[in-house]
Amino acid sequence: MRDVAIVGVGHSKFGNRFDLRIDELAWEAASEALKDASLSAKDMEFVVVGCSGGWSAESLPAVICSEYCGTLPKGSMRVEAACATSSAAVAVAYNLVASGYVDLVLTLGVEKMHESPNPVQIEFIGRAGNYFWEFENFGMTFPGYYALHATSYMWKHGLKEEDLAEIAVKNHHYASKNPKAQFTKEISVETVMQSRYVAWPLKLFDCCPLTDGSAALILAAEDVAKKITDTPVWINGIGAATGTGNLSRRDMHLKLEYSGLESAVYAAKQAYKQAGITYNNAAKHLDVASVHDCFTIAELMAYEDLGFCGRGEGLKLVREKQTYNGGLIPVNLDGGLKAKGHPIGATGTSMIYSLTKQLRQEYGKIGGKEAQATIRKGRAVAHNIGGTGHYAYVTVLSLEKPQSGSG
Amino acid sequence: MPELPENVKQNIREEGLPIVLEPKTRLPLYISVRELSLRYQFGTTKIQKFFEGLKEGRIYMTQCKKCGQKFFPPQGDCPICIESDVRWIPLNGEGELLTCTMILVKPPTYAHHDNYIVGIAKMKEGVRVLAWLKIDDPKKIKPKMKVRLETVKREPEQFITYEFTPI
Ligand SMILES: [Zn+2]
Repeated sequence: MRDVAIVGVGHSKFGNRFDLRIDELAWEAASEALKDASLSAKDMEFVVVGCSGGWSAESLPAVICSEYCGTLPKGSMRVEAACATSSAAVAVAYNLVASGYVDLVLTLGVEKMHESPNPVQIEFIGRAGNYFWEFENFGMTFPGYYALHATSYMWKHGLKEEDLAEIAVKNHHYASKNPKAQFTKEISVETVMQSRYVAWPLKLFDCCPLTDGSAALILAAEDVAKKITDTPVWINGIGAATGTGNLSRRDMHLKLEYSGLESAVYAAKQAYKQAGITYNNAAKHLDVASVHDCFTIAELMAYEDLGFCGRGEGLKLVREKQTYNGGLIPVNLDGGLKAKGHPIGATGTSMIYSLTKQLRQEYGKIGGKEAQATIRKGRAVAHNIGGTGHYAYVTVLSLEKPQSGSG
Repeated sequence: MPELPENVKQNIREEGLPIVLEPKTRLPLYISVRELSLRYQFGTTKIQKFFEGLKEGRIYMTQCKKCGQKFFPPQGDCPICIESDVRWIPLNGEGELLTCTMILVKPPTYAHHDNYIVGIAKMKEGVRVLAWLKIDDPKKIKPKMKVRLETVKREPEQFITYEFTPI
């Protein structure tokens, strides 16, 4: 297996992109990534497109986007893993390069949710579990699935709705500095507390928005990467795990009983093992993290599932503001899904875009000095969850090449 | 074919194109004139006994005869043994509530229902079940409260399903 690095990154403006079709939106990120790597579309040897779809018209997004981005006749495919779709695309692209099949892969996450009205999107996302047993008769929604976890966490660990609000406040704070974010305003705890319930105990401001957006990464084999850039960002580990479709069958091994996501724990341990990071006190090995905060409770659980702290101790990190920049581990300095936006199939590559910029110490040029993490260990982690722990992908990025023999 | 919205029809009449201005951003939007509606269908052969049970007021789980693995929702195949020999066992109905939520923003296909509470309970038999919890006052919900699982006719659709009530 060969080592694989990220050599070019691009990111569209997130939001309601009524101005573009899906292929034009993909190009917004792909063109930026090509320029970042000083490469042309013809240099790409394969295109992996992460797109969840359903709400958008094109049934073959990999083809439509490849054509528009000028990579034909190179091979392409679409990858799906719900909200972790483009982290799964990165896992596929990584293996295409690591195996020696190709040297350069364009990895594109793209989602055009607003091609359908909001209620249609809510219907689609609510079906993202076990459709037959949990949606058909019981009308679950995406906020509903995470609300089940919030309730359990409250009952087990004394979580308060105000604690969740603090997470939203942090992520809106950083989004307000990120010109590519969907939400550009700071909010207060009161804003969150006064918003209406969507799925008790989660309120509107506990939830990420519906978003159109794209983010692109160019992955390269070691020899090629060193010719393209002086600052390759290496993929040191990729963990992947799958949770049960039925929420009722969850977490039979770790006994989390809805206060964490077992699949995320598996994925984290797998990725950390590859990267040589110990699970307990993982934060000590990392400079910055992007975690899957589709809902505020999801970010809280992520602190624990990623081994930043013990069970029930995520609350302490929130209350002591340890996940702001300068704290124990800065989390979601780009605003996260919560406020940057969550274009389902583009979120994974968006996280890795931000972390690549962080590790190259270029993020300050985008989101301001305050949002540039101090890079000491040269390592970052992306935690991308599909559905409600249905899929989990954890990716470790590093300025250092992977330890020999770990690839 | 379903009707196009009036403003789109008007634009086609007046300008010859289904392009309207998006209300908030005033950006031009092409409204597809093709509408797709979806209604899915599923095979129930392997778990038909579950649905027969609902008609008789029973809620069945299955258990692999070889390894003893219990399944709810019920299934006819055991992936552990790669066998398809299962026992059908009616749940006794007593459970303990593990978590719950109230759904206020509903999917369009549930828009005609009042806000509903969804809970997950651990049943006496060890399996967990997700279903609606019918309770007069949500404030009465307590962690680990005892609940009963029963078949019920869902109104206004009138099909048989199952739900929790407090004990
Ligand atoms: Zn068995």
